[in-house]
Amino acid sequence: MADIAVAPRAKPQLREATAWEQLRHNRNWLGFWFMLPAMGFLIFFLAYPLGLGIWLSFTDTRIGRVGHFIATENYEWLWDDSIFWLSVFNTLLYTFVASALKFAIGLYLALLLNENMPFKAMLRAMVLIPFIVPTVLSALAFWWIFDSQFSIISWSLKHLGLISQNINFLGDTTWARICVIFANIWRGVPFVAITLLAGLQTVSPSLYEAATLDGASSWQRFRYITYPLLTPIIAVVMTFSVLFTFTDFQLIWAMTRGGPVNATHLMATLSYQRAIIAGQLGEGAAISSAMIPFLLAAIMISWFGLQRRKWQQGESND
Amino acid sequence: MSSVQIRDVRKSFGNFEVLHGVSIPIEDGQFVVLVGPSGCGKSTLLRMLAGLENITSGTISIGDRVVNNVQPKERDIAMVFQNYALYPHMTVGENMGFSLKLRNASSDEINKRVKRAAEILALSPLLERYPRQLSGGQRQRVAMGRAIVRDPQVFLFDEPLSNLDAKLRVAMRTEIKELHQRLKTTTVYVTHDQIEAMTMADKIVVMHDGIVEQMGTPLELYDKPENQFVAGFIGSPAMNFLKGHVRANGVATFEGPNGVKLPLRSAPAASDGRPVVFGVRPEHFTIADDGAEAEIVVVEPTGSETQVFAKLGGEQVVAVFRERHQFNPGDKVRLKPDPSVVHLFDEATGKRLNT
Repeated sequence: MADIAVAPRAKPQLREATAWEQLRHNRNWLGFWFMLPAMGFLIFFLAYPLGLGIWLSFTDTRIGRVGHFIATENYEWLWDDSIFWLSVFNTLLYTFVASALKFAIGLYLALLLNENMPFKAMLRAMVLIPFIVPTVLSALAFWWIFDSQFSIISWSLKHLGLISQNINFLGDTTWARICVIFANIWRGVPFVAITLLAGLQTVSPSLYEAATLDGASSWQRFRYITYPLLTPIIAVVMTFSVLFTFTDFQLIWAMTRGGPVNATHLMATLSYQRAIIAGQLGEGAAISSAMIPFLLAAIMISWFGLQRRKWQQGESND
Repeated sequence: MSSVQIRDVRKSFGNFEVLHGVSIPIEDGQFVVLVGPSGCGKSTLLRMLAGLENITSGTISIGDRVVNNVQPKERDIAMVFQNYALYPHMTVGENMGFSLKLRNASSDEINKRVKRAAEILALSPLLERYPRQLSGGQRQRVAMGRAIVRDPQVFLFDEPLSNLDAKLRVAMRTEIKELHQRLKTTTVYVTHDQIEAMTMADKIVVMHDGIVEQMGTPLELYDKPENQFVAGFIGSPAMNFLKGHVRANGVATFEGPNGVKLPLRSAPAASDGRPVVFGVRPEHFTIADDGAEAEIVVVEPTGSETQVFAKLGGEQVVAVFRERHQFNPGDKVRLKPDPSVVHLFDEATGKRLNT
């Protein structure tokens, strides 16, 4: 009896899992395996080009010639380059004015399209048209619209007797800036409008009814209900809008190539001109890299703006 | 507080008329429940009263004022919505004070009134919370608080309890009734649940397909339903209906399907041989030797009572007994309806025949 009680039970032989089996079956490692393809893509298509760009900005690489590390010489050179600073100014002006107007017009359109009106579905589809036309195509159209000789605007105004000679839309520095900003707004508004419309449609109609019964005028309904409930989506859509506008290239390149006298040169177009056309890869890369702090700043602002509002937090999800 | 008069109100959406001339007088301080199946137009009527829908024809007046063309915010009414419609970005206190803020009330005044309403509804500890952080019952109370703060002429409730679980619904029912007894504000309450209607109302309005089927106190509707629809709608489990004929010669009798004979206290005038629908509530059956033979199908004890499903003349009927009979499926029993509380309806029109 005592023997039986004391005798150790014969344990089934548990074989230690080999390291390879652990790698195959451990949940954490399994997650890692699944992430590997995505990581591969990100490293190859995002991290590597970005890293290469930054590296190039510290070299004097030219097309057809391997460069040497020259530390910050490219940046020092740019620091004293008035055209670079002009392009920074242009980019900031372009981004700020275009984004602000895109927001205002987009919000207005979204509110309009959210109302009940005839042909609503068709109007919504029409708003998207500028978005689906290829950028270069619309830029070419604008190029003609703003042509110095054949501009339809000049033609119309002349026939109305309002002006006596053609407006030099893309040849005058101020006009050129106005024109490219206008074209950018035309292209960018649909994105803002449709995204904000999607946001508006998540607001329960009963909130408006409750507010109406509470005595709110239509302005007060916007001010106290619509706007606060829309802020999270506004933050998202404006971040994207700012990033896209800041890095815009196609529209400018197709319409003005940065002219006249660099008045519409953005950092992206200047970078392209210096790096690809002039062949100074190092300098072009430095201009591109100089955009990073601005973009990071924009992302940081929206990051903090995007932090979930207190009212969105809660234990229960309805 | 005010009376409300709804006179011959019609509502059409395009060519489709959903309300066909509804008239409901509501006295000052009364708790009126509009009840009916979904699609009967009760919510539409409430929204017309609130000013959220136009009135196609007829008039609605609150107090002495016809409000057909009065803006919702000037009607001095407060509404509690089915989904509560709390502003998610405002705290409980801000939600409740919003209407006062819009009317430019001083912050002292707002605080005072919000605090008072919060005390009435036991919401004081929650004033700083956001709606997401509240339970269903608490949100419901905030929605009521928002209405109370305004001290309106009329409270409107649009199926306010349908998003709550069964237990909470019963508790809130009592709470709303208690609140009404305390504030005595005229209240119009819409529901599809006849139990809610029966338990809360001073006056029930049964609606069906855009018309008023019957108006009256809960017990009037229970005891003397004017037609077969009301009879079937009010009461749970629902009234049993059997089709057949009246025999007025000698002892008044109802002849049901497959030769079932059930006693009547008296036959309605000139009704011999008339096709009728015989209605008896489940709770008005007794077991008696002179009852009609029925075969038990299913027995459902609930503790306080026992529901028995049985075949009577081939038709399934429900009987409810408070006594604890021993029944088994397949047993034959003799069911006898209490002749003093049975109902006879015209088979064609569904109108009540006996008085």
